[in-house]
Amino acid sequence: MFRGLTSIVYKETIHVIRDPKTLFLMLLVPGIQLTVFGYAIDLDVKNIPTAVYNLDGRPESRDLLDAFTNAGYFNIVKTATSDKDLYAAIVRGDAQVGIKIPPDYTDLLVLGRNAPVQVLIDGSNSTVAMQALNVTNAIGLRESLNIVNKTLDRRGGLPIQVEPRVLFNPDMKTVNFMVPGLVGLVMQLVTMLLTALAVVREKENGTLEQLMVTPVSRFGLMIGKIVPFFVIGALETVMVLSIMRFLFDVPIAGSVALLAAFSLAFLFTTLGLGLLISTYAANQIQAIQLAFLVVLPSVLLSGFVFPQESMPYPIWAIGQLIPLTYFIRILRGIIIRGAGFYDLWQNGAVLGGMGLAVLSLSALRFRKTLS
Amino acid sequence: MSSVIRAEGITRRFGHVTAVDGVDLDIEEGNIFGFLGPNGSGKTTLIRMLCGLLRPSAGHANVLGFDTVRDSERIKRSIGYMSQQFSLYTDLTVMENLKFYSRVYGIRRQKMRDRIEEVIEIVGIENYRKRLAAELSGGWKQRLALACSLVHRPKVMFLDEPTAGIDPVARRDLWNLLFDLAGRGVTFFVTTHYMDEAERCSHVGYIYFSKLMVCGTPKELKQLPEITPEHLVRLEVRCPRPAGAMRKLNTFAYVQDATIFGDALHVLADEGCESHMSDDLSQAGFESPRIRSIPPTLEDVFVTLTRNKDGQRDV
Repeated sequence: MFRGLTSIVYKETIHVIRDPKTLFLMLLVPGIQLTVFGYAIDLDVKNIPTAVYNLDGRPESRDLLDAFTNAGYFNIVKTATSDKDLYAAIVRGDAQVGIKIPPDYTDLLVLGRNAPVQVLIDGSNSTVAMQALNVTNAIGLRESLNIVNKTLDRRGGLPIQVEPRVLFNPDMKTVNFMVPGLVGLVMQLVTMLLTALAVVREKENGTLEQLMVTPVSRFGLMIGKIVPFFVIGALETVMVLSIMRFLFDVPIAGSVALLAAFSLAFLFTTLGLGLLISTYAANQIQAIQLAFLVVLPSVLLSGFVFPQESMPYPIWAIGQLIPLTYFIRILRGIIIRGAGFYDLWQNGAVLGGMGLAVLSLSALRFRKTLS
Repeated sequence: MSSVIRAEGITRRFGHVTAVDGVDLDIEEGNIFGFLGPNGSGKTTLIRMLCGLLRPSAGHANVLGFDTVRDSERIKRSIGYMSQQFSLYTDLTVMENLKFYSRVYGIRRQKMRDRIEEVIEIVGIENYRKRLAAELSGGWKQRLALACSLVHRPKVMFLDEPTAGIDPVARRDLWNLLFDLAGRGVTFFVTTHYMDEAERCSHVGYIYFSKLMVCGTPKELKQLPEITPEHLVRLEVRCPRPAGAMRKLNTFAYVQDATIFGDALHVLADEGCESHMSDDLSQAGFESPRIRSIPPTLEDVFVTLTRNKDGQRDV
């Protein structure tokens, strides 16, 4: 069944060694990608440029503004002199948030009446807007509470005290959430593309046809093509996980051995996908295009960025067909929550199953391309 | 002599196109079978079917007694195949390519060295062992490809235009190699466009528009009645300005066909017209033509067959 396997591995290994440029790219590019994306993808919004139009100017109004800036989310970059001015600052993009304090702010507070503070938020960047909205509401609530407590001479907060405690990622750092997912994405892209290209190159050069008239079996050929990339993929995994651990300082809460085992299952699937792509692509350009057809849904639908729970059913269903979905669950489970084998084995089983399915399908298609 | 390649009504269709249409073949051991035909006439498709790479749509074929569909794996162990395109690994050295193919054919480690040395000697690539295949010239690449397909001592070799695009010296060397191997009992199935190569083959077949039109030894083909019909003769005419003479000759009523062949003309004309022709040519200003009767060449055979076929097609 695996006739010719060792001969193919021998040859593929020479290919890899002869081409240090590719080897270098295979190992370096994922590292660079992870580093760049890891720094770029940060959903924690800080220092939102803010314009202020303070018509009151008395200490109470300045206390309120201090409350805004002290939280670290807002950075006052402009003091407006009119409503129009405040509005224009946002339109121009100088500020993303505008705060207007009315002239009778202090008076209303003293009288115990509602003091309206207008906050304008630029909705063109929804991530920033959402953060600004939440923080603004929280600050408003807290400041109000302080004032109410002071006037009622009452200690403590609201009658009901909700005590949320964020488990596992207490600082809610996006890096801890995103980088493990990114590790999976980078692993998939490189291994899948390299495998697909390695096979399609043989198609283009006519060497595949030559191999077909030899006694090499389909499985021998396919597995032989995969083995060197499996080794490279494993090295790459060690590298990107090291970058995650030591450069981004994301601790691995669970078992590293378990993570390694599941990573191999994932590599098996992505290499299989590479083979499958190679059975459809006639040349290297087609292979790259097809690879991106897999990569794009992997980015959008795997839960890497957008939570799958809020997707409409058909989109969610597509997400369940993507191997990365399961690997991201495994990565986040082990790295962030310290999950063990019994918490995650189903995801691992799905990955292994997908790998086998993809490989069998490639083997079937492989025969077809010949006759 | 036993039959090594035998095909009966083998046919391959791609959609509506029939690439090979009902071909019968019978090739015996030690033959060098030259397979000719214009581009796109189905040569490569037939080779691919005989090697078990393509399934026939109809008919069947045996190679070494094994069915090309059911026993294709058995066949693969005892045949060599050189495709049209150079298809070795250019980033591997000569030695590495040879080692790779030895492993592919499952040659044991102890035997491998001997086998590799054997084929290196046969094709004479001794001095290039450590050279990357990419750095070899066209002729040497073909020799390496041949060496790789010989390493498992195949009984049958399929060569698809092995001499396309290599220089004349390399071409001759390669053919001498093939004769040498054929002498050792290897059967060859070779496609080519070159008539001089066809003349060297022990047997030739000519495929035209997917159909095998004729098959036999070069001598048999030249004696086919339709090549030189009754009451017609093939003549070689030597005279000054052959191009002008050809145009003139084609106007004479007793000339069926005249074509330039090197610095002479090959003419198919009515029997007994030599003296008329000599006079007519001299009158037309082509002084003292030398005319002699000649046997047809293979090129004459194929051109005539093609013209006859086209004539039928037009009707």
